[in-house]
Amino acid sequence: MASLTANAPVEPSGPRPKRIGPGRYGVYAFLIISALFFLIPLYVMIVTSLKPMDEIRMGNLFALPGSPSFDAWIKAWSQACTGLNCNGIHVGMLNSIKILIPSVILSIAVGSVTGYALSFWRPKGANILFAILLLGAFIPYQVFLYPLVRILSMVSLYNSIPGVVFVHTIFGLPLMTLLFRNFYAGIPIDLFKAARVDGGGFWAIFLRLMLPLSTPIIVVAAILQITGIWNDFLFGLIFAGRENFPMTVQLNNVVNSSFGEKEYNVNMAATILTALVPLFVYFVSGRWFVRGIASGAVKG
Amino acid sequence: MATVSIRDLEIEFGNLKVLRNLDLEIEQGEFIVLLGPSGCGKSTLLNAVAGLLDVSAGQIWIGGKNVTWEEPKNRGIGMVFQSYALYPRMTVTGNLSFGLKMAKVPKDEIDKRVARAAKILQIEPLLDRRPAELSGGQRQRVAIGRALVRDVDVFLFDEPLSNLDAKLRTELRVELKRLHQGLGSTMIYVTHDQIEALTLADRVAVMNGGVIQQLASPKEIYRRPVNRFVAGFVGSPSMNFIDGRLSVEGGVASFELANGKRIDLAGYEFEKPPEHGRPATLGIRPEQVDLEQRDPSSRPIPVNLTLLEPMGADSLVWGDVGGTTFSVRIDGDAHVQTPSATDAFFQPAYASIFDLASGQRL
Amino acid sequence: MKPRFLRFWMAQVALAPAWLIVIFAYIGTILWTIQISFTSSKVFPVSNYVGFSQYTRLFGSERWIISVQNLAIFGILFIVGCLILGFLLAVFLDQRIRAESVFRTIFLYPYALSFIVTGLVWQWTLNPTLGIQQTVRNWGWESFTFDWLSRGDRAIYVIALAGMWQASGLVMAILLAGLRGVDGELWKAAKVDGIPTWRVYLHIVIPILTPMFVTATVLLATAVVKVYDLVVALTNGGPGISTEVPAKFVIEYLFQRQNLGLATAASTVMMITVLCVLAPWLYVQYFRQPRSAH
Repeated sequence: MASLTANAPVEPSGPRPKRIGPGRYGVYAFLIISALFFLIPLYVMIVTSLKPMDEIRMGNLFALPGSPSFDAWIKAWSQACTGLNCNGIHVGMLNSIKILIPSVILSIAVGSVTGYALSFWRPKGANILFAILLLGAFIPYQVFLYPLVRILSMVSLYNSIPGVVFVHTIFGLPLMTLLFRNFYAGIPIDLFKAARVDGGGFWAIFLRLMLPLSTPIIVVAAILQITGIWNDFLFGLIFAGRENFPMTVQLNNVVNSSFGEKEYNVNMAATILTALVPLFVYFVSGRWFVRGIASGAVKG
Repeated sequence: MATVSIRDLEIEFGNLKVLRNLDLEIEQGEFIVLLGPSGCGKSTLLNAVAGLLDVSAGQIWIGGKNVTWEEPKNRGIGMVFQSYALYPRMTVTGNLSFGLKMAKVPKDEIDKRVARAAKILQIEPLLDRRPAELSGGQRQRVAIGRALVRDVDVFLFDEPLSNLDAKLRTELRVELKRLHQGLGSTMIYVTHDQIEALTLADRVAVMNGGVIQQLASPKEIYRRPVNRFVAGFVGSPSMNFIDGRLSVEGGVASFELANGKRIDLAGYEFEKPPEHGRPATLGIRPEQVDLEQRDPSSRPIPVNLTLLEPMGADSLVWGDVGGTTFSVRIDGDAHVQTPSATDAFFQPAYASIFDLASGQRL
Repeated sequence: MKPRFLRFWMAQVALAPAWLIVIFAYIGTILWTIQISFTSSKVFPVSNYVGFSQYTRLFGSERWIISVQNLAIFGILFIVGCLILGFLLAVFLDQRIRAESVFRTIFLYPYALSFIVTGLVWQWTLNPTLGIQQTVRNWGWESFTFDWLSRGDRAIYVIALAGMWQASGLVMAILLAGLRGVDGELWKAAKVDGIPTWRVYLHIVIPILTPMFVTATVLLATAVVKVYDLVVALTNGGPGISTEVPAKFVIEYLFQRQNLGLATAASTVMMITVLCVLAPWLYVQYFRQPRSAH
């Protein structure tokens, strides 16, 4: 080994000679090819949205736009048509925001209290409740849909924004509860006991002790709920009603049911606009997003 | 059997020098303990010997062979880890034999070695279990067994007992000593536990700041620590340190306390002739102080006793000498009045004197 | 201090919303759905019980059979594909590479997107007239053909590909966290034992990651059963009915074809399938006491 060099044998001393083997190149090659696979659709989406239709018809998907313009974006934002309505995708965006904000707040509020009660107080039946909630997280929504539609119509919430908010809260509960329960399970029970000894009641301990400690998990929960609810299609389609369709539903209607010639650049611009909010959350939150996936997925 | 020789070793992580110009010659069959606080570089040194990290400069020789650039598996070493590092989904047999299978050792030879290791370590009934089904002590035996089957001349231990409870630790310590006597292999053992170091080692290397402070027999380390760090690190409770200065008058050396009182040092062996007026620290171990004068060579030192701490066989008496904390270990049956002001007695021959500035033994 | 029952009374009050949701929105609706599935309901629920005949009709329906077959093809390809790609990505990312966080961000971003967005992007990229096929032909490879989106026998594979594109990053993230959790001393021990890296992965690391693989599989499997938006956006079930899936079947029979009995029967079948797969996992994950504490 010492005599690998052309010179006279060297007495091994100091750091081992560095050998950058083919394996190392292989690692990077694999990672770069994978990165291309993940990036190409994003790239295609962006360049298409910046091209005029003439250029797109030439059939060169990967070419950079000859003269980039935001016309398609403007059209997507304010003129894109769903059926006979041509008010653009911004209508959906407003609806999505109106649905998003109350849904996120409400689901986190209910989930955190439930998780807190389940992890520290464990009243009778807590285990059963938790088991059903967990199962609920995995059951296909299709089983719940029709009866929920009927219930919501009875209380006049069907086809309204409060109705969708309610549905998001219901189906966000399992994940939110799990998240907070696992988080609170990691807080030393002695802290809770000390608070009890000091005379703290259910709400006092929650509001003054646990909630201030919960900032990290609230951030994680907010990230998961914002992306999750923004990306929802099914509930928005069924419960919001035509006037209140969220952005995803409107986007699909724009792209998949437009009359006449398909305007791919407008479609892609609308798609990017719809993806902006979750992408922004993702890039800003970084590690928190990963943490959210992990804490939602793995037992804490 | 093999010697281990570390020559002018340096290890850096980025700009941080973890080991500096380190030389260490280990004789064959010797049990060396690397002792030191966390971050002193002892584990780094062990990992470098194992070949688990690259050295920045210097050489490592094992069994007369320069292995500085050699892969760990070719160094003729076996290693035992703090977390045991057992392969989780394999049985004990699987754990012991996996490395041998990789090295394409014939099947019957593997069986023979596994059986022998299992016998030595008394883990024969556990061979079909998985690590999760073993207790901490059993896991550590298996980890030792994994090093044993490799049929190597040098064993490396990285804090192997620190995850065990106190009772098991004592048991396994004795077993390790027995194992060493039986095998006669060279062993390098890293620990921060001074009891392990003093009981197991032929020689102890006390490390701090990436440098070996003292390399000597446990007795020597305990009796004649070369500097204040070693003196303070070894021994429990820690050695008492009293600041003052040396005084030499008419060829007679004495230690002058802050209040001017002088203590005759007759019987203390100075490393080099003492200088008059040199600021110094007097170090006395609590177990070498008594509250009565039992020996004519003992010298008195005035102490205020404030607290008695009974510990069964003996008791610790806490107090101070001129404001510096001072402890005395006395017989558990002895009666002491606290608080009280009295004289404690020590023999200068068993004390240590350090230079106040450099901390070196005088 | 308050009497014991009072303290728990407050906890029960706090859990009341959860109980109400569980009892009415989960259990109640499920029972209602099951009840309807045994009637001959069409546009409105009726109480004319017809036994299992809706289920018989369901499994006699070509559309349903195709949906189930598609779900199986999609499910297997999607789960296996995501696990393999996700594992490879995690392992390669774990090789102390440069710009790790850049790669990690790239691999995971699709998971933040809506299935609708994913579906539309891939629909455009693989557009047979103007997408990749035409582009490669323009480059000079005249006979290049990749028209799976318009072929009834292939379109389902495109859906699986788009799904993999979106969800492999999830597997990567879960497994990478698992890899980072592997005791570093295990790697050292394996190195001293002279075990080649790929064998360490095969015999030591993968077994350690088993729980993460199971978790990832469960998450992916749930996504498989729920798959709806992706199909709607990418193919809308076409060409013809070649990419129909059960979730879409149910929605269509509930809200467009107005056959409540058949739709609820189909959703009940979906639920039972999921429960059969899930029950053992949930039990192990959350309710079994660990055998020995480490």
